[in-house]
Amino acid sequence: MFPEELGWPLRLWIDEFVDWLVINYGDVFEAAADSVLFLLVGLEQGLRALPWWLVVLAVAGIAWHASRRVGLAVGLAAVMLLIGSLGLWDKAMQTLALMIVAIAVTVILGIPTGILAARSDRFRALLLPVLDLMQTMPSFVYLIPAVMLFGLGKVSAILATVIYAVPPLIRLTDLGIRQVDPEVLEASQSFGASPRQTLLGVQLPLALPSIMAGINQSIMMALAMVVIASMIGARGLGEEVLQGLQRQEPGTGFAGGLAIVALAILFDRISQAYGRRSQRHRTVEG
Amino acid sequence: MAIVEFTDLFKVFGPDPAGALARFRAGADRDALREAGGHTVALADISLAIAPGEIFVVMGLSGSGKSTLVRLINRLIRPTSGQVRVAGADVGAMTDSELTALRRHRISMVFQHFGLMPHRTVLDNVAYGLAIQKQPRSAYEATARRWVETVGLSGFETAWPDELSGGMRQRVGLARALATDPDILLMDEPFSALDPLIRRDMQDQLLALQGDLTKTIVFITHDLDEALRLGDRIAILKDGALAQLGTPEEILLAPASDYVAAFLRDVNRGRVLTASSAMQRTPPQVGPGQSSAASIAPETPLETVLPLVAEQDVPVAVVDADGAVLGTVSRQDVIALLVPK
Repeated sequence: MFPEELGWPLRLWIDEFVDWLVINYGDVFEAAADSVLFLLVGLEQGLRALPWWLVVLAVAGIAWHASRRVGLAVGLAAVMLLIGSLGLWDKAMQTLALMIVAIAVTVILGIPTGILAARSDRFRALLLPVLDLMQTMPSFVYLIPAVMLFGLGKVSAILATVIYAVPPLIRLTDLGIRQVDPEVLEASQSFGASPRQTLLGVQLPLALPSIMAGINQSIMMALAMVVIASMIGARGLGEEVLQGLQRQEPGTGFAGGLAIVALAILFDRISQAYGRRSQRHRTVEG
Repeated sequence: MAIVEFTDLFKVFGPDPAGALARFRAGADRDALREAGGHTVALADISLAIAPGEIFVVMGLSGSGKSTLVRLINRLIRPTSGQVRVAGADVGAMTDSELTALRRHRISMVFQHFGLMPHRTVLDNVAYGLAIQKQPRSAYEATARRWVETVGLSGFETAWPDELSGGMRQRVGLARALATDPDILLMDEPFSALDPLIRRDMQDQLLALQGDLTKTIVFITHDLDEALRLGDRIAILKDGALAQLGTPEEILLAPASDYVAAFLRDVNRGRVLTASSAMQRTPPQVGPGQSSAASIAPETPLETVLPLVAEQDVPVAVVDADGAVLGTVSRQDVIALLVPK
């Protein structure tokens, strides 16, 4: 038996810290939650109100814009039809809205953090272990403070999803900026470019393929959180899987899982196609 | 007056440059500093002045400090000790906005691997320095187009750098550097990544451009033939120190050390040395029937003089632009210079 005197009250500290946050900054969190919720609910209602065929056409249009390939556009339209044919259209739209908002928040937080990490070795040294922790910690753990801060529901689900999904985007933004050819960077500086001009005009455009790969990975991680998020009240496809588990209905669970896979294919193919297009004219080799 | 001036300049790279420099000044060995604390003495006690309008070549093997030297001029690297002055102003003491103005308007740079922006077209690369100055596109586009044309890339304005050959890429780099109309052009081994034939074309093009523009050019190279061909003056660096500074002819005729002499061993002397070095200044009395039919200018290279003196037994007269006889060159004079002891 490990001696009790050597223990330290980590769990108490964290409980107290989260309590302190809730008591003193509850209003701030509520205001933040309200604006995210407003966005999410608006998007969700919008998507559900749209005629199904318009959504299918929009997906096909985006796929074509990303890849310029008719094959991909038709394929992804078929994937949407599959979701509808499983009777999960409405739930899929809820999950789609949740994903879009979660990914938007991930991008808004992840890219600037990645830029900071690329510019400061010290910040990066502090950040990397935190990112490792965020990715390795069982994702259920995030649900607890999220629920305490934002209550059960969609906003907590988004917070937990973002925490889980943001590390690859930060890492790959940092990597992409650090991999920019130092001679090109020197060229930019030698012409008197300000740090901002160098960042926006040279580093970010040349890091774009890496950033797009990061967004793709973040999306895949976010989709992996769909079922877990449904445990704290997020609606959508995750709910189906959870229901399948609780009521011992394997068919319900499997259909829900299949629809999640369908959404994953959709997001993956579109973001990869955009990523491939961002790779054109990014190096001078051959 | 010098346009670029280095005074007592030292540059040390490593975790504690000032401490390492103190030890170096106290007599510590370059290699010992590298092994002890990972310090590199890149430049040691450089003082030299570059005149406006000259092509000043800095020549040395890799690790001799030549790339560092050129980057001190636009403060891509800061000196550990000593001063760099551009047109009289201390570059190390400049504020950010003064430095930005210097880089935007007075100095531009050409890079070994071209440093082109792969996500910008040829025209947008050439226009980069102008775009950075926040001029509107309408104001600078014509200038950029003119420079694309000057370097012979008309028709490639909308091409991407990855679609060009090496020589064409460096022409873009040269046009980009010239487009801001700087006084000083820094060229860091600009042609060493190119094939020998292309390299020669680029050297010719640079000399032709310089004939029209008269910029001050600081040209880095590790290729002695290139240095002799382009340089009005050459500074030879060895282990960060100045081994010799002079015109190509001065260096060739009087190498300052065995190190420099070893460098010069394979040089085509006939192309660098001129009639003025070979001639006898007090012409011997020329008797009747012995006067030479031919006359040559003092800057004629010896490889051109040699066939002339080979044909006739009498010395050839060296005559300046006004027709005054400066001296004579005999067969023996030419051979003595071409084949050193």
